[in-house]
Amino acid sequence: MTIIRFQGRDFAYEAPRTVLESLSEQGMEIPSGCRAGVCQSCLMRCLEGEIPVGSQEGLKPALVVQGYFLACRARPSSDLTVALADAEGLRQKASVLAVESLNQEIVALRLKPERPLDYRAGQYVRLYRQGDLSRCYSLASVPALDDWLELHIRRIPEGRVSAWVHDQLQVGMQVEIGDSLGQCFYTPGQEEQTLLLLGTGSGLAPLYGIVRDALDQGHRGPIWLYHGSFTAEGLYHQATLQHLAVRFPHFHYVPCVDRASPEALALNARVGSVLEAAVGDHQGFAHYRVFLCGHPEMVKDARLKIFLGGASMAEIHADPFLPSGT
Amino acid sequence: MSLYQQLGGEAAVNAAVDIFYRKVLQDDRINRFFSGVDMEKQAAKQKAFLTMAFGGPNNYTGADMRRGHAHLVAQGLNDSHFDAVVEDLGATLKELGVADALIAQVAAVAETTRSDVLGK
Repeated sequence: MTIIRFQGRDFAYEAPRTVLESLSEQGMEIPSGCRAGVCQSCLMRCLEGEIPVGSQEGLKPALVVQGYFLACRARPSSDLTVALADAEGLRQKASVLAVESLNQEIVALRLKPERPLDYRAGQYVRLYRQGDLSRCYSLASVPALDDWLELHIRRIPEGRVSAWVHDQLQVGMQVEIGDSLGQCFYTPGQEEQTLLLLGTGSGLAPLYGIVRDALDQGHRGPIWLYHGSFTAEGLYHQATLQHLAVRFPHFHYVPCVDRASPEALALNARVGSVLEAAVGDHQGFAHYRVFLCGHPEMVKDARLKIFLGGASMAEIHADPFLPSGT
Repeated sequence: MSLYQQLGGEAAVNAAVDIFYRKVLQDDRINRFFSGVDMEKQAAKQKAFLTMAFGGPNNYTGADMRRGHAHLVAQGLNDSHFDAVVEDLGATLKELGVADALIAQVAAVAETTRSDVLGK
């Protein structure tokens, strides 16, 4: 008999049912919609076992490589351990390697997790202060290049987690982190494609990881990174990115500021938004692969403009970077 | 051969979905109904709609259609908006080189949802 393991329990599976039908019939609540492999409401993740043939059709490559599948299309022929797509994984301890100031309001927090974290540059993790008091931060590090996890954390006024990171965390202290999450990362293949990355503020973090990951994996097409901030003081990692652009001529780094200043001029920064700069530099966005991170309004506007500019919806990647208030 | 197979199945839906959604977003007669929605989720819904209109696999019921559009009917969704969507759908297929006879069949399938979508 084939077994589906879900939420720590074993469920009998009988063909020709789907995983969705089996679990639902046995009283489990699995979100679903069209039940025809289209709407992707019943997205689940395979933790162990062989992903049933045909159950990953139509999914983004980012989801495929992480073992996501559609429960309404999955007819397993051997035992499977599955989880809901939004289930957050295990928590683990990590020690603080560094808290380094990137500019006036953003620090880089470097962590060494107890167990190696399985992640891709551009994903995010939950950082716990204590109990369930936690916030999500994008990973700026790259597994193949960095021996640590790096998060870029902006001080939020009255922010209970960000202020703790800025004011209290010190080298050697222990924190807790969750599993890696999110779909905003580079997948190999189509090495000639143009990559376009737009970020504002600490939204540079995942893009910084994705750019270095793509270059490390031998991406050959042009890579354009636009980083925006209100003033030049809000930009960071400029020197590293400029060096990277010298080393890899197909990588272009474009800092953008809302307000002109001598510092901005010295950096060769554009005045205006990242989206305006990108629209001006490119003749439409057909066949582009796009990554967006930062201010929710920017992400929303950019998604619309870039889609209307010809990029396929499936090629526009953005993780919600939702402000949590405090 | 079914309509869905004649059109090219899932590959045809994938080819059509971006073009169709772009037309809808740029169509001033109807794009106000789409402002403020999550574009990624909306694209998945467009795909489900196209699959259905192409005669492909779906399990949508009239009740689903009513529930899914009730908030839009409350905002004034009416026959003229439904016509605009069908027109955009036809233009999408035309752009993809689909024969007029098949386009008419797709429009006929879409037509079967009119009363449920408009909550009549």
